[in-house]
Amino acid sequence: MDDLRETPLTGLHKALGAKMTGFAGYEMPLQYERGVMGEHLHTRQKAGLFDVSHMGQVLIRHEAGYGGAAQAMERLVPVSLLGLGEKRQRYGFFTNETGGILDDLMLTNRGDHLLVVVNAACKADDIALMREGLPDCEVTEVTDRALIALQGPKAVDALAPIAAGCEIMKFLDTGIFTSDYGELWVSRSGYTGEDGYEISVPKAQAEPLARALLLHEAVEPVGLGARDSLRLEAGLCLYGQDIDQGTTPVEAGLSWAIQKVRRRGGEREGGFPGAEVILDQLENGMARCRVGLRPEGRAPMRAGTQIFGSETGGEAVGHVTSGAYGPSIEAPMSMGYVAASHASAGTTLYGEVRGKRLPVRVADMPFTPSNFKR
Amino acid sequence: MKYTEEHEWLDQDGDIVTVGITSHAAEQLGDIVFVELPEVGAEVTKDDEIVVIESVKAASDILAPLDGEIVEVNEVLADTPSKVNEDPEGDGWFFKIKPSDTSPMDDYMDEAAYKDFID
Repeated sequence: MDDLRETPLTGLHKALGAKMTGFAGYEMPLQYERGVMGEHLHTRQKAGLFDVSHMGQVLIRHEAGYGGAAQAMERLVPVSLLGLGEKRQRYGFFTNETGGILDDLMLTNRGDHLLVVVNAACKADDIALMREGLPDCEVTEVTDRALIALQGPKAVDALAPIAAGCEIMKFLDTGIFTSDYGELWVSRSGYTGEDGYEISVPKAQAEPLARALLLHEAVEPVGLGARDSLRLEAGLCLYGQDIDQGTTPVEAGLSWAIQKVRRRGGEREGGFPGAEVILDQLENGMARCRVGLRPEGRAPMRAGTQIFGSETGGEAVGHVTSGAYGPSIEAPMSMGYVAASHASAGTTLYGEVRGKRLPVRVADMPFTPSNFKR
Repeated sequence: MKYTEEHEWLDQDGDIVTVGITSHAAEQLGDIVFVELPEVGAEVTKDDEIVVIESVKAASDILAPLDGEIVEVNEVLADTPSKVNEDPEGDGWFFKIKPSDTSPMDDYMDEAAYKDFID
């Protein structure tokens, strides 16, 4: 793994006995001794600690403060940032000229500037895109911090003694906390469908903070394997797999993230790449959409599985983009794209697995109820 | 007990050979969530893909280690595939085969050779 980059927690992962793997150019823990299934269930029941330091943290500043940065950034994302309250966070995505998704990201109003967190694999392209598209802003990658996600119903119990006051935050609130581990940038968010936090910590303090959190009896380390099954059970997209440059936010079922003010008739309608395609789909619908899929048998239908409308013959009506076994639902689960005509919940379709068409039902997502602190 | 390079164990008792995967293989695969077994009575040829195992990580195939007839499969695995993780070299066996030719058995590894193989 010579060409892979390390995070400030790589040494800790190895000391904890993690099985390491390459992901988006980083050497990351796939799983620890407990294994994927155990780590997944532990996160839903108590709390899991994830190293997400490979993700990009980027500050966007404008001479006119947050309003200037927000207004500029609205040129790149179809999200209302001028309408985002101070210390609040919001989900969004960069779009291209054809309405496809370049990356998905989290955006935070930090009072006088904007903080964004982007995917590891897209980080370099995203930063180039922002430097090019926001000439009126100062775009600074944060390179002296690690990022830790603490997810699960007990996350609050483990973090509150370290960041006093984090317990009163609500879902998608953010705050800056002074702690024994330096200045922590905390958001009550994550990507597992559970309550929890993402904590940005100075690099040198990352391992001491992670070790302190792991000392709490409810907290166990969790690798990328369980991170994937947790997000899939929660119905959340993985960029590069479920969404990419060829899928629009509308097809992907992410229209909820495009606020009214950016839609047709809105005060700040359009003005982002691919607006025509996206706004037209919002009004007139689209040919295909992302759906949840529940196989009726036990065999998982993994990414690439072709989906058919009937048990024999006919052309494929869609395909699976993510599929795995759901440890909490104790059943296989998938998500994928199917023709809009076949996309209503309850529709029976057939996934072709090893040459056999097996029944699968279109199902609502999330597969497990979300457990956010509203 | 004999072992294949595909990490299967073969336990011969008279003219029947019981087949499963080794503890090492089960550990590498991670939590097993689905096992598809051949049909009893199926005539199989060595190296046919006759078992599908899905773990939380990926799907993998198990090859027939011998030519012969499948005489019994471990039905328990259909509902409790986790048995393979719990007891891979015991209750987590996959199938019993009545080989038409046992000579490939001689080429498979004994326990000491398999231990060397996985180290």
